[in-house]
Amino acid sequence: MSPTNPPLQARPTERDTVIEMSGITVQFPGVLALDGVDLRLRRGEVHALLGENGAGKSTLIKALTGVQGIDAGSIAVDGVGRTFASTADAERAGIATVYQEVNLCPNLSVGENITLGHEPRRRGRIDWRAAHESALGHLRRFGLDVDPRSTLDSHPLAVRQLVAICRAMVLDARVLILDEPTSSLDRGEVERLFTVVRDLRDQGVAVVFISHFLDQVYEICDRITVLRNGRLVGEYLADELPRGELVSKMIGRELEELETIARSAARVVDRTPPPVLRATGIGRAGSLEPVDVDVYAGEVVGLAGLLGSGRTELARLLAGADTTTSGTIEVRGEPVRLSTPRQAMLQGIAFSSEDRRGEGVVGDLTVAENILLGLQARRGWLRPLRRSERTAVVAEYMQALGVRPADPDMLVRNLSGGNQQKVLLGRWLATAPELLILDEPTRGIDVGAKADIQRKVAELADRGLSVLFISSELEEVLRLAQRIVVMRDRRRIGAVDSRETDIDGLVAFMAHAGRPGAGDPEEVR
Amino acid sequence: MARTVHHRLFWPVLSLLALVVLNAAVRPSFIRVAVRDGHLYGALVDILRQSAPLMMVALGMTLVIATRGIDLSVGAVMAVSGAVALTLIDRSADPGDVGTVIVAIAAGVGIGVVLGMWNGFLVTVLRVQPIVATLVLMLAGRGVALLVTGGFITTVVSPPLKFVASGYLLGLPFALFLSASAIAVVALVERRTALGLLTEAVGINPEASRLAGVRSRGIVFTAYVASGALAGLAGILYSSNIMAADANAAGEFIELYAILAVVLGRTSLLGGKFSIAGTVVGVLVIQTLQSTVLFLGVSSAQSPVFFAVVVAVVVLVQSPQLHSRVRRLSGRRRRAVPAPEKPARDVEVSA
Repeated sequence: MSPTNPPLQARPTERDTVIEMSGITVQFPGVLALDGVDLRLRRGEVHALLGENGAGKSTLIKALTGVQGIDAGSIAVDGVGRTFASTADAERAGIATVYQEVNLCPNLSVGENITLGHEPRRRGRIDWRAAHESALGHLRRFGLDVDPRSTLDSHPLAVRQLVAICRAMVLDARVLILDEPTSSLDRGEVERLFTVVRDLRDQGVAVVFISHFLDQVYEICDRITVLRNGRLVGEYLADELPRGELVSKMIGRELEELETIARSAARVVDRTPPPVLRATGIGRAGSLEPVDVDVYAGEVVGLAGLLGSGRTELARLLAGADTTTSGTIEVRGEPVRLSTPRQAMLQGIAFSSEDRRGEGVVGDLTVAENILLGLQARRGWLRPLRRSERTAVVAEYMQALGVRPADPDMLVRNLSGGNQQKVLLGRWLATAPELLILDEPTRGIDVGAKADIQRKVAELADRGLSVLFISSELEEVLRLAQRIVVMRDRRRIGAVDSRETDIDGLVAFMAHAGRPGAGDPEEVR
Repeated sequence: MARTVHHRLFWPVLSLLALVVLNAAVRPSFIRVAVRDGHLYGALVDILRQSAPLMMVALGMTLVIATRGIDLSVGAVMAVSGAVALTLIDRSADPGDVGTVIVAIAAGVGIGVVLGMWNGFLVTVLRVQPIVATLVLMLAGRGVALLVTGGFITTVVSPPLKFVASGYLLGLPFALFLSASAIAVVALVERRTALGLLTEAVGINPEASRLAGVRSRGIVFTAYVASGALAGLAGILYSSNIMAADANAAGEFIELYAILAVVLGRTSLLGGKFSIAGTVVGVLVIQTLQSTVLFLGVSSAQSPVFFAVVVAVVVLVQSPQLHSRVRRLSGRRRRAVPAPEKPARDVEVSA
């Protein structure tokens, strides 16, 4: 899109193009999920499809695999225009998908899973011996030493993922889509997966690789397509797109409306009293390497990093949503154990999850009940709030946060995302917390609500509340936070003072810090 | 009018009224209530009296279902409770003593609480699926009851015990007071404290509730204990009615009737929002239906089929899918034919 990076001309000859999607447009009620997006997949290439949440990656994949119909645009396979009405159509065209949550049957054997739906038959009955032998052949091809008769759930996730790929290749797929295949794998397992992927690439399969781990993208991919807000940003050769440039293409620029909020970050925080929260070396085996974080009274600490960098994992440990396997946490100088969200709440720590619908609002309860839930849970069921107290609390927070429509008896699931977020913020503020952990509070909500929430966070911090603020939008983090802790690959790679950096500096830090030859901004704790 | 139709209890109450009207049409004596010896007599009074055990069990079931659970063990708990209470009375020096009977009733309810705690422990601490956890006690409970009674049907002669199910207070059956107080206590505890809100929150979205600081284990545990206690009391009522502890017959299939009552009362089996009033109506529908079978003289061979057909009709009439389909059908017809020969109302009735 930018003049320095014109979209590439297809360098390999046109014959190598397997899939050509052009001008794909998908309209959801009220949202244009995809707006004229192109994607070209070539034989023998690993192609990364990148973008932050909501960029349209999964909608594009759904369009390609027949899950989602398209409102405009065309899909051509080997130069022939096709329409996929179902996943079976796409499979027949040689397009196979392996999802993040492996969609196999865990209680069937490995062999059954691989051959399911096209078992070899003899005299009308399934020939299990032949099925298992053919499965064994496919497993060997990928260097998997697994008994095809063992049940799938007796194997670790990495093996299950490889079995899923095996299954895809039994169908003679020419296009293999890997959706976040490495998010639950350790380093060794990723290596194993990549060996198989390279092997398939060399056999001429076109592989689509979707991942939030940019290190892995650069390791395995030849070409990168970036989407943002349902639009195509561009297609690039991996070798020609520096990491920093990639990150800024994914994140994009902020809307000017938000620039009107005063930079709360400029405020000076008094760091002489003990911090409200001090975490030392907290980690969780398999999801987060040990991390140190301090948050002082009235301070907003930003947590920056791409998805999968470990920022949500850190927030969940601090909120007691997950349990730590290492490290200690002190609240106002006292060591505490936070093994349940309730314990964290009683210590004055409130946590708003990034999954608003799944882990935030209770959809079938009213706005009022949702706001009161935290406070009532804190008091216990034997000490109900009096009706007058309830009305007062609900009215106070609905007004302070500007919940629309202003009807406390409306079911919360009928509210827009932004208003649901305000209700959640109200629920937590009603418990009078000292530390507010907000994970992606502004994701997927409209600009107005976004500005309201940012303004509220800045105002709360001015009044002495500590906030740990997680967002994919770096402008937002820079505007609100005094200090920004940067995460990558499930570990903390450093922290920056937001007065001494700007978005480009932060992007550079996120992309390069800790790598040889990178100029790190000054490190602060 | 539209408000009335959209009330969530509109269809359950309508079903109940329809059953009463049907009975009265066939035999007007059904709705006759007479005063004899200062007591109220009549089919309707009998229905209220006989519904007491199912009412208690269904109240507990409502709470358990609201937490996304189910309690299949209630019938077995009734058997154990009856066995414990009657064995105590049987072995006491004076079975006719009021004090003895009160102790025995407390023991029966107490054993219900203990068994409810066991269910709650399995579900909340060991994380066994509710249907499996309570199935254990459903199958084992009657064995325990037989063990308590020594394998016999224990019968007692004890006027105070007989009073519980068959006695009258202020002209009304005493059992009616028991079930009315059970309804009142459950409704007050759920709606006057915050237990109802927290139970619904846990039932609708357990993870969001956990993150909001709700002690969801405690909430779920409480529901199973309440269900156990109410089943214990139901067991006493049952035993008092027949003046015997019958480990095999006590509360047989009552778990299924209780689930049916909860569903008829518009509480979803998926958990979350629950309605105590709905369950009360559901229980009355089932009990009226059972009396109808007797009252209309349906032969015992045909009565299960009759019961099943009526339940199927009642469930269908309540189904929101059917309502929207009827609405769509009638709407389309109206658009297609400006003056429909067959009004939409007919479609609704025939459904």
